[in-house]
Amino acid sequence: MQRVVLDSGEIARALKRISHEIIEANSGVSDLIVLGIPTRGIHLANRIAKLLSEIDPNFTSDAGVLDITLFRDDLVAADRRIQPTVIPGDDIDGKVVVIVDDVLFSGRSARAALDALIDFGRPKQVKLAVLVDRGHRELPIRPDFVGKNLPTAVTERVNVHLAEVDGSDEVVISS
Amino acid sequence: MKNLVSIADLSREDALYLLDNAQQLAQVNDREVKKLPALRGKTVVNLFYENSTRTRISFEIAATRLSADVINFSAATSSLSKGESLKDTAQTLEALGADAIVVRHPMSGAAHQLAHRDWINASIINAGDGSHEHPTQALLDALTMRQLVGSNDDLAGLKVLIVGDIRHSRVARSNVLLLSKLGASVQVAGPATLVPAGFEKMGATISNSFEDSLEQQPDVVMMLRVQRERMQGHYMPSEREYTQNWSLSGKRLAMLKKDAHILHPGPMNRGFEISSEAADDPRAAILKQVSNGVAVRMAVLHELLAGERS
Repeated sequence: MQRVVLDSGEIARALKRISHEIIEANSGVSDLIVLGIPTRGIHLANRIAKLLSEIDPNFTSDAGVLDITLFRDDLVAADRRIQPTVIPGDDIDGKVVVIVDDVLFSGRSARAALDALIDFGRPKQVKLAVLVDRGHRELPIRPDFVGKNLPTAVTERVNVHLAEVDGSDEVVISS
Repeated sequence: MKNLVSIADLSREDALYLLDNAQQLAQVNDREVKKLPALRGKTVVNLFYENSTRTRISFEIAATRLSADVINFSAATSSLSKGESLKDTAQTLEALGADAIVVRHPMSGAAHQLAHRDWINASIINAGDGSHEHPTQALLDALTMRQLVGSNDDLAGLKVLIVGDIRHSRVARSNVLLLSKLGASVQVAGPATLVPAGFEKMGATISNSFEDSLEQQPDVVMMLRVQRERMQGHYMPSEREYTQNWSLSGKRLAMLKKDAHILHPGPMNRGFEISSEAADDPRAAILKQVSNGVAVRMAVLHELLAGERS
């Protein structure tokens, strides 16, 4: 069984709200860096970076990429392909880094992302933005910006589809 | 993937996947923090029945960069010299907690035995078995060639010439298998006594004149070390004649294309199979091969050991 929990309009609105919240929390866009976790986090981060620059033209940086493959503790055979990590401006020291992912579940990806990030320097603050928070955390991690809180059963699957990779935007829950 | 024994076991896709990951891992070298936690808690044993400094160190650095513990076990200083069998040694190492065994052995097929005899569960990486194969060397050569020609995919159309003691060279064997898989056209050249016919079946053409091969304007020339230690009998009239006919001399260097590349798996014998002039030529990518060796071995260790095997 499968049902759509967010359609493309709702995803667009959620990302726009997240972008406004990021600017509000940071009192502007100074020293702000947006990094996406592969695969879909990259596309969400790109969209957020574009929205940020539309809201505040002082934000001129592209989103970067934070690969976490080598930092995971829950690696399975399917996701061992290592992606390049790209840090805009090559420097995170003293910056406010917003890590973007599609779904927050156990928190293990976010933990790996924090470990991956600190090898590149010492940010002033690290924040976490996710499109969907589906609960069932296994680690003491909480998101700062959430598109939608989605109560789920552990056995259910949440899939985020994005136009860039899947042809269209929607969030689907299946059991 | 559980073991890496032979290039023949890899599909084209497997090889490209390892090369892609190695390319990413090569960039870790440029980072301030070069250590990654991927293999924390894993133990890698370097089991070397033959002397090799560079391959062992390369595997050691690769495993250490990925946070694995490394134990070096060399034949001369251990119970191996007291007559222990390969099987007993391997089982002992596994009982001591080895997750992967990197094995170099003078006998062709030693790594295959360890991987397929059901003696142990640890992953086996072939770091050279006799005159058979040296898969990580071929992968690092392919990675180097990809970087030199700016390819992120295969090596289609690349003309590679491998010169020297082809017969005793596991480097040549693994390279011919891998480069053909990746679409390159490979020629092996050397004195008739040192070029066995079987190479044609593996996809290479054979030449018995260095000059003829150079006239075909290869993109890459790979010079091989003459493996005196494996020669029982007379394969060449004299070293002087070998150098005369098969060394990459200054004169032959001048025949190379301006954008050709020179590779050598090391260790080099300057003045024998390669002249100092060629070794120090800007077209030589020999040190690039060495650094790519670490990246390729990291990619292989990561593939075999990271996470749970499904």
